[in-house]
Amino acid sequence: MRYGYFPGCALHSTAKEYDLSIRLSCPYLDLELVEVPDWSCCGASPGHMTSEELALALPVRNLHQAERHDLTTVIAPCAACYSRLKSANKEVREDAHLMSRINRVVGEEFTGKVEVRHLIEVLYKDVGLSRIESSVTKPLNGMRFACYYGCLLTRPPKVADFDDVENPIIMDRIVEALGAEPVSWSHKTECCGAGFSITRPEIAVRLVDEILKAAQFAAADSIVVACPLCHANLDMRQSQAKNKYGRNYNIPILYISQVIGLAQGEAYKALGLDKHLVSPGDLLKEGLGGF
Amino acid sequence: MRCLLVEEEVHQFSNLVKSLSGEDVSKCYQCGKCSAGCPIASEMEILPNRIIRLIQINSKDTVLSSSTIWLCVSCETCFTRCPEDIDLVTVMDVLRRLSVEEGYRCPEEGILRFNRFFLASVKNYGRVHDLGLIVRRNLASRQPFKDLGQGIALFRRGKIPLRPQGIKGVDQIKGIFAKSKPFVEREASGGGGR
Repeated sequence: MRYGYFPGCALHSTAKEYDLSIRLSCPYLDLELVEVPDWSCCGASPGHMTSEELALALPVRNLHQAERHDLTTVIAPCAACYSRLKSANKEVREDAHLMSRINRVVGEEFTGKVEVRHLIEVLYKDVGLSRIESSVTKPLNGMRFACYYGCLLTRPPKVADFDDVENPIIMDRIVEALGAEPVSWSHKTECCGAGFSITRPEIAVRLVDEILKAAQFAAADSIVVACPLCHANLDMRQSQAKNKYGRNYNIPILYISQVIGLAQGEAYKALGLDKHLVSPGDLLKEGLGGF
Repeated sequence: MRCLLVEEEVHQFSNLVKSLSGEDVSKCYQCGKCSAGCPIASEMEILPNRIIRLIQINSKDTVLSSSTIWLCVSCETCFTRCPEDIDLVTVMDVLRRLSVEEGYRCPEEGILRFNRFFLASVKNYGRVHDLGLIVRRNLASRQPFKDLGQGIALFRRGKIPLRPQGIKGVDQIKGIFAKSKPFVEREASGGGGR
């Protein structure tokens, strides 16, 4: 199965290990990823806050790059990129006038023949649980994961339409197929405030604290995510949550692709598991008897 | 006749918001679900449902100078749960752009400044350069050591590239920035509307 791959800015910097582990684990699942040539930033929140045209034109430039190279489906592993690319695609496809105006801004002729999908959607729907299960050589038995979806993997349901909006289960099913136990918990889709992690960190720290508290309450030993912004925020702000609220969590935040790679027998370092601020080293040593 | 004129005036702001966002805020009956689910509500001086009410009663200045419109983190919880299907996230976007366009003072300067630095990075390189962005943010806010500990930890793990990653199509990106307007130019419908 051949897919276009839109890593997005974070996967080339703070979320390097997400990129590494996707590239390592996907071949086991017969997923061939072709990076969208010369991709550019989707504009993210600063884009849509500032300009409606920019918020459409930056994604459309990338969709056109994919279309030009015959990549009919683009996988975006970042929830924010996924949301921006998919909603821009939807808007221009549904309005011919808007499409021609945005094409004028971009200076290209995008025709709308590209589908935007998130990584976990493709893993669940196209690859399927049985193929994921059969790629497992080192089952993650005994591991208790809190699968965290955050905002944009399920919201708004008009854009992110592949899972239940209030109680998504795709990642839970995937980690189950790997032999791990997905915990039932309250904060699957609560916002982590990553959008303010830089500008209003005290808000982000409060929201991170609530999410970590809920994961701890559910006796999860780590949180599994599918968004680089959720990851950076939950991983990086734990020490501040401890300073402010006095709770010592030390809960490793793992990417879904790292968890899949571990179950496929890939190495700790190769999956970039050494790159997290909250080290999953001890947890994986104890839980899996080494790696 | 007098009544008609007053009614038009009263709906001036909600009509403007409707023409720019496509959202009819007059449908809101104040159930409060948007504020109940909003993760930032406790930090807001005016709750999201009240922002809608203020638009309905034409309180343009109060809305466009409030910090609420800048504190909306676009998590989409309000839109997802709205029984009247009002896309409040798009409305907030429209209010932020209007507030800048019409020269209202932004009570959340740091957020506005960050947006500008972020977009400048995209315009100059085609992709975001974290290090440049954080350094500019820290210098502008006169907090040179903010997040230094986290920054060093990330850098040591090879997660913060020193140099920006350029792309070949950077001139095209600059063109997109030059041509993009805050609101989509619509066909002779007189100032927008979806």
